[in-house]
Amino acid sequence: MTTTATEQSTTVDDARPATPRDRLPLLLVPLLALIALPLIGSPTTWVTLTIAALAMGMMIFVISSGLTLVFGLMDVLNFGHGAFIAVGAYVAMSVLALFPGLTQASSLPLNLAGLGLATFAAMLVTGLLGFAFERIIIRPVYGQHLKQILITTGGLIVAEQMIHVLWGGDQKPMPLPAGLRGAFTFGDVNIEKFRILAVAVGLVVFATISLVLNRTKLGLLIRAGVENREMVEALGYRIRRLFTGVFVAGSALAGLGGTLWALYRETLTAAIGGEVIVLVFIVIIIGGLGSVGGCFIGSILVAMMANYTGYLAPKVALASNILLMVAILLWRPQGLYPVAKR
Amino acid sequence: MSGIADTLLSGDLPRSRILTALLGVIVGVLALAPLLFDGAQAINTAAKICVFIVLAASYDLLLGYTGIVSFAHTMFFGLGAYGVGLALYGWGATWTSVAAGLALAIVAGLALALVIGLVSLRVKAIFYAMITLAVASAFAILAGQLSDFTGGEDGRSFRVPELLRPATLLFRLPLLNIDITGRTAAYYLVAGSAAGLFLSALRVVNSPFGRVLQAIRENEFRAEAIGFDVVTYRTLGNCLAAVMAVFAGALYALWLRYVGPDTTLSFGIMLDILLMVVIGGMGTLYGAIIGATLFILAQSYLQKLMGAAAKSTQGIPVLPDLLHPDRWLLWLGVLFVLSVYFFPAGIVGTLRSRAVTQEQLPKT
Repeated sequence: MTTTATEQSTTVDDARPATPRDRLPLLLVPLLALIALPLIGSPTTWVTLTIAALAMGMMIFVISSGLTLVFGLMDVLNFGHGAFIAVGAYVAMSVLALFPGLTQASSLPLNLAGLGLATFAAMLVTGLLGFAFERIIIRPVYGQHLKQILITTGGLIVAEQMIHVLWGGDQKPMPLPAGLRGAFTFGDVNIEKFRILAVAVGLVVFATISLVLNRTKLGLLIRAGVENREMVEALGYRIRRLFTGVFVAGSALAGLGGTLWALYRETLTAAIGGEVIVLVFIVIIIGGLGSVGGCFIGSILVAMMANYTGYLAPKVALASNILLMVAILLWRPQGLYPVAKR
Repeated sequence: MSGIADTLLSGDLPRSRILTALLGVIVGVLALAPLLFDGAQAINTAAKICVFIVLAASYDLLLGYTGIVSFAHTMFFGLGAYGVGLALYGWGATWTSVAAGLALAIVAGLALALVIGLVSLRVKAIFYAMITLAVASAFAILAGQLSDFTGGEDGRSFRVPELLRPATLLFRLPLLNIDITGRTAAYYLVAGSAAGLFLSALRVVNSPFGRVLQAIRENEFRAEAIGFDVVTYRTLGNCLAAVMAVFAGALYALWLRYVGPDTTLSFGIMLDILLMVVIGGMGTLYGAIIGATLFILAQSYLQKLMGAAAKSTQGIPVLPDLLHPDRWLLWLGVLFVLSVYFFPAGIVGTLRSRAVTQEQLPKT
């Protein structure tokens, strides 16, 4: 504790902890892919599945990164996170429907502009909603886990019902913009265009979060807040504002992820949040509650498992991910990258 | 008289005049339901209330008395229902099948509860909630997928033992001119078992074991310091709640003569149970009776009321949509959130504390 002040005077790079980086969990990804190869047999199918898994993993990562950050920083687990996913997807759908000119045009830049606009709207709405959610629903129950779980679940019920009220309960189509339909074909390997976009978005989000967390003062404060909230407050920072900011960012990311997920599924119901949130929970348990890096690896692992078993034995796809979770918890009971003190 | 009640209720009386009256009305109506009501809907509602009282009470053992949030309670409910249902479907409509199916379901439920508990109860409440959510949804999807065995999404309809079939005429009540059929027998089987299970749950929470659970809920660290093995007690509580949920599932299957994912395993039912327990009052068990009754009555009859309200508000924007009969869960959700904030003790707890203050008033 007493060394904190002296370390702060050095530059960020020099202050990096001297402990060696734990790279073992990184090996899990190629390991799982290699185990799957002989089981699947055909290499081209394997490549297609692996790339599909990467895309799915990135979408799950975008959704779960916010949740895990919020948990790490505020010790709040938002069971209502699924509602943000659904609201984001519905807002994006409405915006896309407003600009048929942009989405139906055959030019890719116009399509991307339309999609960008829809995504921006989705993130804006879910961010604002997150702000309200944090203020009204979560603030009174900080530090009380039982009430948090109950209250956020209640928020989920109300939000899901409100979606029914505002958009109707029936299944809605969520068409991809014209330029993103179809696939690139290399030999026997098919790569859907949208999946490339999803991977790109996921990597950008991961890079941005990593940069912000590791290279900026804001990130330093957030990480410090995760480690020791009282100390950060004692140094004169308003950690409450930081909390709210992270919650809003996490909600906006859920909106972004929900938009991507709905486009990937190409249909949309109010239950979309519930479908994804189970995978998201598995991911953040695997990754270690609160760890963004673990969440990234966990997302890829879970998506690979889902895609491989979806191909090999579709009936047990989700159950296989439970087994994955149990196996990883047996190896590291706190998840791949345990965050300090949790 | 009070001596008998004391023994039956394990010394845990309602402790509020309004609550006693409410419980009296509910139990009385449920006990006489087949004689009071004619229509099939009323009896179905009554039987459903009985089953969900047991289910909510078993969930209260976890949530209210042990202080852990599980999202896998429907999994145990489903195990009981599928155990009895598939046994009756596969091995013929005999009591032996019922017993064998129930026994298998209990063993499976105990094993699952034990494994989940040992893996996740050592850590935080949040961890347990997440893991149970994941496991339960995997279980629900499995039950929907293994269609050769479980009937898939359609579920399985099956015949029940002869005594319980609607076509069986047992005897005729001479004075009231009411036929006592197998349906009535089935209802009393459900209601009687529900009463027995509820009273046993009351016995458990008022035993020394139950006190330890509550001590752990209040202050885990202190309970551990006194010398109680927290993980063991929590796991035992978890197993007990699971077995009770298995029983509830078995009763529900016997009543419905059908099992399927939607009636037993869906996440919606999990949320229903959560709402029942919290609105009724966590950690009181009587809350389960009030909560389940209120919730199922709302489910069955609030929709009609809302339909009428929606019609009368037509023309105003959004309002008819908010009052649409399908949106009843919206209002119960709002009630749920409000009750967690303002009445964390639920209906029963609020009534009890009011009774206490009223008792104290004249003395001071």
